[in-house]
Parts: sequence; structure tokens; C-alpha cells
Amino acid sequence: MTVQVTSTTALNGATPVVINEGDVVTGAEILLECLRREKVDTIFGYPGGANLWIYRHLPKFPDLHHILVRHEQGATHMADGYARAKRGTAGVVFATSGPGALNCVTGIATAQYDSTPLVVITGQVATVAVGTDAFQESDVIGVTMSIVKHSYLVQDIDSLPRIVREAFHIATTGRPGVVVIDLPKDIQNQKHAFHWPAEPVRLRSYNPTTKGNPLQIRRAAQLIDEAKRPCLLAGRGVLISQAEDELLELSRRASIPVGWTLLGTGTYPVGDELSLHMVGFMGAGYTNKSVLGCDLLIMVGMRADDRVTTKIDSFAPQVENIIHIDIDPAEIGKNVRPTLPIVGDARHVLGEIAKLVQPKRLDSWITQIDRWKEEHPIRYRTKTGVLQPQDVLKEMYRLCDSEAIVVADVGQNQIWGALWWDYRTSGLYLNSGGAGTMGFAFPASLGVKRARPEKTVWCVAGEGGFVMTMQELATAVHENLDVKIVILNNYCLGMVRQFQDDYYEGVRSAIDLHGAPDFLKLADAYGIPAWRTDRVDEVAGVLRSMQEHPGPCLAEFIIDPEANVRPIVPLGSGLPDFVEEIMEEGM
Amino acid sequence: MSTRHRLLSLLVENHPGVLNKVSSMIRRRGMNITSLTVGETDDDSVSRMTIAIDVGRAQADQAVKQLYKLIEVVKISDITEDPIVDRELVLVKVAASRGDRSELLQIVEIFKAKIADVGTESMVLEMSGSEDQVETFLELVRPFGIREVARSGTVAMARGRDGLRLSSKHQGRGAGQQPDLEAADQKRRAAGVLVGD
Ligand SMILES: Cc1ncc(C[n+]2csc(CCOP(=O)(O)OP(=O)(O)O)c2C)c(N)n1
Repeated sequence: MTVQVTSTTALNGATPVVINEGDVVTGAEILLECLRREKVDTIFGYPGGANLWIYRHLPKFPDLHHILVRHEQGATHMADGYARAKRGTAGVVFATSGPGALNCVTGIATAQYDSTPLVVITGQVATVAVGTDAFQESDVIGVTMSIVKHSYLVQDIDSLPRIVREAFHIATTGRPGVVVIDLPKDIQNQKHAFHWPAEPVRLRSYNPTTKGNPLQIRRAAQLIDEAKRPCLLAGRGVLISQAEDELLELSRRASIPVGWTLLGTGTYPVGDELSLHMVGFMGAGYTNKSVLGCDLLIMVGMRADDRVTTKIDSFAPQVENIIHIDIDPAEIGKNVRPTLPIVGDARHVLGEIAKLVQPKRLDSWITQIDRWKEEHPIRYRTKTGVLQPQDVLKEMYRLCDSEAIVVADVGQNQIWGALWWDYRTSGLYLNSGGAGTMGFAFPASLGVKRARPEKTVWCVAGEGGFVMTMQELATAVHENLDVKIVILNNYCLGMVRQFQDDYYEGVRSAIDLHGAPDFLKLADAYGIPAWRTDRVDEVAGVLRSMQEHPGPCLAEFIIDPEANVRPIVPLGSGLPDFVEEIMEEGM
Repeated sequence: MSTRHRLLSLLVENHPGVLNKVSSMIRRRGMNITSLTVGETDDDSVSRMTIAIDVGRAQADQAVKQLYKLIEVVKISDITEDPIVDRELVLVKVAASRGDRSELLQIVEIFKAKIADVGTESMVLEMSGSEDQVETFLELVRPFGIREVARSGTVAMARGRDGLRLSSKHQGRGAGQQPDLEAADQKRRAAGVLVGD
């Protein structure tokens, strides 16, 4: 028996509306009209008791395409992926009060840690019930306080349009982040005259510095001119401010090799004479060597967290000068104390510096770096008859041809994805770097596909992370979001297994994932095609079939359960102590 | 004031929840608040906070920068090393029967304290002064037998013309104003972080 649930759009009360200045409408309609005026085209959401007035009026706003997720965490990751892929546009989430809002917490933190703009609109119990422990009441503002850029509890309907405008402004400007708007249910249904505050948002207490100080910029150019062994590290800030061209220009003009953080993957063309690779804990040996051996280190749009620095006093202790450029003054000097701090937008600052530096070529430094590249290549060990994750990723990247967007999950898959990254183009590798949220990749990739439908989108995940949010397969099918899911199945929590082997006395504990579903049957249950292989010679064929299939699909690659991430700086050690892959077996 | 003590002065939007955001931010960064006062100013849209935190200078710089990130924080100044007037009010209930009151009254006199209440068994003394003076005062009355102490926490402002004020451009909220970040910028420069033009 099949049950047909009728779509409401044809029903009464769903005729598209136009809301004009002065029209008396409900708070829900005011909210939706404000979203339309903020040029929102997609909302990722889930209804419930405290936001049903919003959903009541939503069908009247056909420009606001609503994607019904299967779990609110999925909505936040989708909105996050959407915002990362759109670059500069905020992702929008609807959730109900209590459990709905609380399910958003992980996704809010994930977006906030990686400076992604989101506007999360949660329903709240009615104003009179706030504070009474009413059914499905939760203190969303309190719970999210330390993981948002800003939050609002709407207390009167008058302020709603101003709050929506401010929320989008705050989320997308300066260092982007998450803004939560908690909207009580009674205000959603209260009637009020619509008034759109058309003038630009100006807040006396919020005015991010975007232009770098000219004196400091001149000083930076001077330091670069004087440097014999400069090295630049690019973080996600470079992508957020879309400074890739300025970065390339500066690097080529002044002969500066460029490496990147995990979140900065895709800031600089790989294979370029001056390209290094990922830095830090699991970074390329030659990048770490360059950071340790340079005389001027330039850090741009990055936080220098412990995954970059490893043991803090091992991070570039001999370097004479460090320039740190970031839009967030609180990041400068927090972990690494620079000789020259510059607060500003990476694009502006790099562009200005590039104009001032003297063109030069540092042949001996580049020769030295080439030597490090030869001595410490990114490499992996092949084993006859056992599929290695890198076999899959290398082939996937070959097919991607610097064009497709790749969203990685968390764990070994994420680091392998970053280490084998080979793109000439920018901004196409996405992952949860700051929070390291397992289960991010799949929902995020759906948001990415919604934002950039013209792009092929690959989702790379371990079987552990994938099952954390796999209920969104229904969303993918329902919305026909064509995402190619690559599951690297090692039947265990790979990264944890590796850490236990190497740093926790070799005791494997709570990492066995046998009993993961049969992914082919799972795909079948959702009506999408799927492939499975453990053979190197079948990888290319499977990936090509996936690429050719128009619509969501999945492949499970059974990989070597003993494969490790290398290089790695052992926990508690410093940057010079990175351990590389030993190559004897199977060579 | 002890060396591991920094005094911050803040102007914040007079909104519900701001105190919570400010104190949570300091807690989250692993710092300990030893004194916090808050009250309205002559401009009722703005509250002023004086916060003493138990950290060294570098950490205080980090606190200032993190607090600036709160949208409702308008201005902050680390006034630890500035010439300031700082005051704390203390109420102390002292066990004082008739016999030994005269010595106590001498202490009251020296500290320009006041007798706020007199009972048969005890007196409530009221004294205001810098934190150090308050400490000394309490030390001296301790031998008489302290029953209860209530301290207000420190309020402070700069001496002379300098100070923490919103300029005329800061008046009101919403449209049309540009924050005057001049003073804030100077502070940040002093803290070793340069800001743009
Ligand atoms: C939500 C969440 N829980 C736990 C962790 C800790 N963690 C980091 S990597 C990892 C293992 C991931 O295993 P899998 O998804 O199979 O990927 P693999 O490392 O095998 O590629 C775990 C448990 C995390 N990052 N996120």
C-alpha cells in the first residue's frame, strides 16, 4: 500500500504574497519577508510546535526554497556547506524550540569555529512562558552563548526586522560567524505593520577593521624585501576574503613559498614552483621544514592553533620575523607572538603588500625547498592486494581535474583528502577543521550542491562519520541533490585506532565498527545506486560510474584497516619531530 | 593592588544578558573575576562595568580583545596602569559592646568611615576607599570581631581629562553612527596589536 501525502502548496492560504511597507501582517510573515529581502533562496529546517506559525506562512513565499532535513544537526551542516560554497552568503536554518534547537548546537559550533556565516532562527515558547520550564523550552541563548558570534531573543515584534538585518550583517561581515535569533511563538502570530529598515546597518559597538594599517603594510613589504628565506602560511581567512589572487601575486613577485593549514587547503595552486603543502601536526614534512628554516614567516587568516604549531615552543623558534595578518585582532598574539601584527582583511592587506614589494627571485631558497620536497615527499605504502585509501583519493582527484568540490569528513579520511589534494584552482576543499565534527561531510555536501548546482560534489567520509548523519540520505533523494559519496571503510574508527596504536600504549579500545550496515543495501533502501570494491584495479571504473550517474550515489571502498596518516608529529612532540611513512614493505 | 590583578573598565549596551555574556567570556578564557561592578551611566543606553581579573598583562590583553568581540561591548580600557580614582564601599558589622567602642571609633575616624547602624551588641560601619584601604580597614577592625562583611567591588575612573566616554557619534543606536574607535585603537596599539586606518 502506498500512502500519498498531499503537498500543501496547492491548498488555500498558500498563494504567493507580496508584502509592502505598512501592511499589517503576522510576525512570521514579517520574518519571511525580511529573509526574502535579505535575498535568502534556501532554508534548511525542521518544524515543531514553536515554529509552526512560520511554517504556516512559508508556502506563500516560493522564493524561499525550504529543504526539509531529517535531523536539525543536518540542517546546520547543510547551511554551513551552503555558506562555505557560496562564499559570503549566510546559510539559514529553522528549528523549533527545545530539542530542535538543541540538536543545532553541534552544527552551530562547527560553523562558528570555521568562521562560517549562519543565521539560525529557532522558535521559542510564548513570551509569557519563557522562564517557566514550559514544554519544550530551552535556554537557546544561554546554551549557545559561547559558540555564536551574536544572538538575539526577540522581545517585541517592532524590533524583528531590525534584528534580522543586523543578524545577516553581523554573520557575514568582519570575521564571519553564527547568529542565533530566538523567536517566541506568540510574536510569530502577532500582527504588526511591516517596516523594512532600508538604511545600511551601523552598530556603534561593531565595526570590524578591514583595511590594514598603511604603516604596518609598508613595514611588512620591507621585511619581505629584506628576507632571504620567506615562507607564507595561508588559512581559511584567505578563502573567506577571496584573497587567492592577491596571495599568488605576492608570492610570485617576492618569491615566497606558500603552505597552508587544513582549512587553508585550496588557497594556492598545488604543483606550482612555490607551493608547499599542508603544515603542522599532520602536514607535509617539507612544509614543516620550510616553516622551521625560514627567516620570515607570514601567517595569513589563520589562528595558529595547536594542530598547526604542535608544541608551541617548537613552532618556528628561530624565525627572526613573524608577520601575522588577520581580521580578528584577538587571534593575533593569542598563540604565537608576531613581530609585526596587521589587523585587516586578507585580500586588502595582501593586495597592498604585493604592490609595495620589490620583485625578486630567491633561487637558493627555492633550491633548498626543492631538496626538502625530494627528501620528505608526501607518500604512502602500497601493499599487494590491499586497497589503500590514497589509491582511491588520487584517482578521485584525477577525475575531479581541479573542478569538483570535495567535502571531507573527520578522521584519517580528512587528512588523506587534504594531503593528496592536487588542485590548481582554489576554494574547493571543505571540511570541519576547527571543531572536527564527525558527520559533517555528508549533510554539508548536500548544502554545497544546493549552493553550486553546476559543480560536481564529492563527499569523502569514513564509515564511522558517515553513519552519524546518514539519515540525510532521505534529504538527498527527496531534493535530488547529486552528491557522490565515497566511503573509505576500514571497519574501525581509523584515526582513533591509529592514536591508540601509537600513543595510548597500543591498546585498541572501542574502535571496532563491524556491524556497520551493508552500504549497498542501505543505498538500495533509498533507491540510489551504489558500488563496492576492495580492488585497486576497479577503483577508476567505480569512480567514473559515480561521476557519470546523474543523482546521488554511493561507493564503499574497503581499504587497508592498518593504513595510517603520515607524516605525523607524535603527540606531545614538536614540529621538527614529524614521523614519515616507512617505505620498505611492498616496494 | 596586587601585580596579578588587572582592572578593566567597560562601556556596554544596556541590554538584558550583557553582564552574562561579559562574565561568561572571561570564564571561558579561563580567567578568574575577583571583582565586578555594573551600573547605568548618565546615558541610560549604556552601562559601565569595572572588572578586576586575576591575571597577568598578556592575558588581560587577550581578555580585552575577546571582550571587544562581543557585539554589545562598546568600549574597553585596561586602566591598571593609568592614574585612576578607584573606590570600593564596604559595610562591616562588628561585635562591639559598650566597653570597647572608643578604640573602634578611633579607627572609624582615621578611615573617615561612618557608623551606619548602632545596636546593643554590634555596630555596622560603612567605609569607602581603594581596595587596599578597605583591606587595611578590615584588618584593623577584625580583632573586634567581624560578624558580617558586604563589599561592593571596585568602581574606577581615570583622573584628569582622560576617560571612558562615548563621543557624540556614539549617541543612540542603529542608523547613522560611526563608532569612535580612536581610544580603543590606542589601547590596542599599546597592547601590541595594530589596527587599520
Ligand atoms: C562527533 C565526534 N565524535 C568523536 C570524534 C573523535 N574522532 C575523531 S576521528 C575519529 C574516528 C573517525 O572514524 P571514521 O569516521 O571511520 O574515519 P577514519 O578515521 O577511519 O577515516 C573519532 C572517533 C569526533 N571528531 N567527532
